[in-house]
Amino acid sequence: MDTSKYKMLQVREHIMHGLFLAAACASVLAVGLICVFLFANGVPAMAEIGLFDFMLGTKWKPGNDIYGIMPMILGSIYTTAGAIVLGVPIGILMAIFMARFCPPKLYKILKPAVDLLAGIPSIVYGFFGLIMLVPFVRNNFGGDGQSILTASILLGIMILPSIISVSESSLRAVPESYYEGGLALGASHERSVFFAVVPAAKSGILAGVILGVGRAIGETMAVLMVVGNQTRVPDSMFDGVRTLTTNIVMEMGYATDLHREALVATAVVLFVFVLIINLAFSLLKRRGL
Amino acid sequence: MDANMEAINRQTWKQRMKYYKRTPLSFVLFLLVCVSAVITVGVLAMLIGYILIRGIPNLNPSLFAWIYNTENVSMMPALINTILMVLLSLAIAAPAGIASAVYLVEYAKRGNRFVEVIRLTTETLQGIPSIVYGLFGALFFVKALDWGLSLLSGAFTLAIMILPLIMRTTEEALKSVPDSYREGSFGLGAGRVRTVFRIILPTAIPGILAGIILAIGRIVGESAALIFSAGTIAAVPESVFDSTRTLSVHMYCLYSEGLYTDQAAATAVILLLIVIAINWISNFVAKRITKG
Repeated sequence: MDTSKYKMLQVREHIMHGLFLAAACASVLAVGLICVFLFANGVPAMAEIGLFDFMLGTKWKPGNDIYGIMPMILGSIYTTAGAIVLGVPIGILMAIFMARFCPPKLYKILKPAVDLLAGIPSIVYGFFGLIMLVPFVRNNFGGDGQSILTASILLGIMILPSIISVSESSLRAVPESYYEGGLALGASHERSVFFAVVPAAKSGILAGVILGVGRAIGETMAVLMVVGNQTRVPDSMFDGVRTLTTNIVMEMGYATDLHREALVATAVVLFVFVLIINLAFSLLKRRGL
Repeated sequence: MDANMEAINRQTWKQRMKYYKRTPLSFVLFLLVCVSAVITVGVLAMLIGYILIRGIPNLNPSLFAWIYNTENVSMMPALINTILMVLLSLAIAAPAGIASAVYLVEYAKRGNRFVEVIRLTTETLQGIPSIVYGLFGALFFVKALDWGLSLLSGAFTLAIMILPLIMRTTEEALKSVPDSYREGSFGLGAGRVRTVFRIILPTAIPGILAGIILAIGRIVGESAALIFSAGTIAAVPESVFDSTRTLSVHMYCLYSEGLYTDQAAATAVILLLIVIAINWISNFVAKRITKG
């Protein structure tokens, strides 16, 4: 091959290598930009309001320049906790069912069903909550139906697919010999699954749960439609609350100046929460699977 | 061989019940597992059932008129905008996502620190709530770059959002291409670039496609990230700097205006049908991969 053509090819190799590398930097760049812009816009507001007043203040009155997001932090924690209580046991059991109990023919129906559950837009979930869950809670538990409980039920449903798919794949990754060993020791099918296979997959299952928690705490539109959105510290699970996410989406449209920055600061708090959850997820995934 | 093994272990129901009588705990566990499966499927069925029952009676041709106004809140502009938004976001995210997956799988050396950083950032991107993306879009694309509430701002916001999804699925697809293909190509004297474009990417297309279809599903369903980046104008945009509303945002607007619950229900049906179709297509494509 003559040398000039060879050189051309080599230059082409180098250029394409550079382009692929540049594309790979896109995600790093995106995370960097998101961090910079959120913190640059949110942190000054936190400083102006005072970090303690902002984080621990129980009053949110933008009209009077009082910005305390404690009610929203509690709202996010309560609704997420409720979602965990309702969604996690069902999700894990469903994953066990799909990995170890269900006949292949049924699996062909269940798998797409779970995928569909993951794909339904949150606004449609919210609408379902509004026309179905809100009246249900109102008729059975009193109140106006828009409450922590309603949001917890809805979020519990929404986090199911994340928990199921991650747990199922970690259950399937457990070597078959664990299950067979259980059977050989005289344990029943159920006992070997629950006491040999499930414990071996526990870090993967935990990763699925954490992924679900991340989804629940970040959910906006569905929660907005069923949670009531009152800025108060709730007394019971039948009270309406406002979460960090809904606080942003409700007021961002008309907020200006410090109010606007306080909302960005709310997003910063949410972002930090999510980063911590993500970090836990990554660590577990690296260690466990 | 597998089928034979199963046949040996098969029990009749009678044997099973006898066994359960001896170990009630097993029976309880079995029941729990079955109940949760019934609940999961029941919830999905109820959800779809309610949306369809509530929405289908409200579907009528006037909802698909070309022009949106307060008397007839047509979803046609939103439908067209959704398609535009999907195309534009994919045009941005798909090349970047595929190229970075190519870098990670074909170029980066094992144990490269930079690869670790990229993995960490994609995992971070995956976990960020959509409202935070929306806020970032409002701060960066709308304000700092001064694109205003526009199709372009929305598309870039969504592109960042779907980037990790496309990267991950493409990576999986590239990894499943057998090494012998690469060796064969190198052995015939092809360079790395030629190998990537002529051998590896064509082989991996079904997997990449399945990921892109999933990404389309996320774009169609997204609302929180778009309200503050693409805005809520219900008209087909004349340029990429005009504000648009996608179908999900349209549904949110109908809901928040409080007057159009019936039309919101009808929109929910359309959204649900789109999502079911997308899932079905993605499954179909994914099955193609396993068949080889």
